[in-house]
Amino acid sequence: MLRIPCPHCGTRDEVEFRYKGDASVRRPAAEAEVARFAAYVYERDNPKGWHLEWWFHSAGCRRMLQVWRHTVTHEIHAVGAAQEQLSTPGGGNPA
Amino acid sequence: MSDNAPAPRRFRSSGRYSALRLLREALTGHRGWKPAWRKAEPRKQYQVVIIGGGGHGLATAYYLANHFGITDVAVLEKGPIGLGNVGRNTTIIRSTYYTPENIRFYDFSLKLWEGLEQELNFNAMVSQRGVVYTYHTDGQRDVMTGRANDMRLAGADCIELDRAALKSLIPPISLDNQRFPVLGAFMQPRGGTVRHDAVAWGYARGASEAGVDIIEHCEVTGLRQTSGRITGVETTRGFIGADTVCLAVAGHSSHLASMAGIRLPIESHALQAFVSESIKPFLDVVLMFGAGHFYISQSDKGGMVFGGSTDAHNTYAQRGTQWIAQEVASEGVALLPELANLRILRQWGGIMDMTMDGTPIIGRLPLEGLVMNGGWCYGGFKAIPAGGYTTAHLIARGEPHPLTTHMDLERFAEGRTFDEPGLGPFPWMH
Repeated sequence: MLRIPCPHCGTRDEVEFRYKGDASVRRPAAEAEVARFAAYVYERDNPKGWHLEWWFHSAGCRRMLQVWRHTVTHEIHAVGAAQEQLSTPGGGNPA
Repeated sequence: MSDNAPAPRRFRSSGRYSALRLLREALTGHRGWKPAWRKAEPRKQYQVVIIGGGGHGLATAYYLANHFGITDVAVLEKGPIGLGNVGRNTTIIRSTYYTPENIRFYDFSLKLWEGLEQELNFNAMVSQRGVVYTYHTDGQRDVMTGRANDMRLAGADCIELDRAALKSLIPPISLDNQRFPVLGAFMQPRGGTVRHDAVAWGYARGASEAGVDIIEHCEVTGLRQTSGRITGVETTRGFIGADTVCLAVAGHSSHLASMAGIRLPIESHALQAFVSESIKPFLDVVLMFGAGHFYISQSDKGGMVFGGSTDAHNTYAQRGTQWIAQEVASEGVALLPELANLRILRQWGGIMDMTMDGTPIIGRLPLEGLVMNGGWCYGGFKAIPAGGYTTAHLIARGEPHPLTTHMDLERFAEGRTFDEPGLGPFPWMH
């Protein structure tokens, strides 16, 4: 069970949130070729290690949050608002 | 089945299993049993290297050697075989899908299950006890009716049960749950369960006897390529050369593919399963709860084996989150109230490759000589025979088997994803 420190509401249980996927993908420019859009929609790094992801605090502040979370230990390094630049986890990617 | 395949080359290291043999061994102190498969040492070069000694990897090796005439095959497994997802699931087999393509593929698998024990000369305890789906609303009945018709049109079997028939088939079911009353059910009588460990062992034995090297405790650490072509794999036991490399590593496909610089349309998620203490015969079908996501059967040892949804976030940790366990338990009690008296003995989690459209991938990867069998979401167990057979076909013939043309990787870039429930590119929802 995850305990996610929401910057608006404080530390809350995972059941208050909904997972919304990889937050590291960036939409290509409008004129980019189709293959880049296909990669943007479908392809993922799916790392075994640190993962930047979206969580929606559906039963709290109802804000989209960015979370750095480790996909093996489930440790949470940082949580912030959607536009925020989060500090990247130190020590590189253990996997 | 063995269309144009050369006669299989067999050497029976463990001997044929039969009632007569059992009797003979019983009278001679059981001293004649041999290991079911050889513990092979890696050679320098193979025609085909399969990464992953799970159900799909071993089945692919078995069919390659016994039906497609390719015996120069190695299966590499980082631990002992059969301890990955093939030994960590709820063992259900069925072909209850919505689209003709998937119904035909999974029904081909069901047909292979039906003949598996004769094919492998191994008791996999295939039990066609029937798979029952409850429905709770009129709309759900209409959708299930459509599915039943599509299944029958594609050659599979599906019947409807009214409330009285359902109650007589499953006496402990609660039809009048106040929140989700059961209106009726559909059943695939040919569906059921299989002893999962025996599937891994049976395929391993059959592959090994046909000359396949099964190499345990051999972890792949890199994929070597030269000018756009795979040449072999780096492992903890040295480099092993190969003309064709097949990834069959449920849960870790992205991880392996990244060694060749390939990004897949996959996220890895955990799925939990549970086993209760053993009780007397209580449920003799596989039962699925239509008002949520819950499935249950009773093992031959008497334990209730059940599961539900994935944990719905990326993870490689083979454990589960508690709120999903509570959700699964509450759905079970809504359907079979007497489950509330049982204690859960064991709980575990397996890692699923969840694809972006919920359909698996059997196809070539964008590196010459590299193919994959993966992305099974959480339906990989039932697909083992067909997945193995069609992957062997892809490797041996160089083109996809007609039943898997919709499972290629290119479908994502070409805008023909195969999304049965129409959920979109959100793997945690499939």
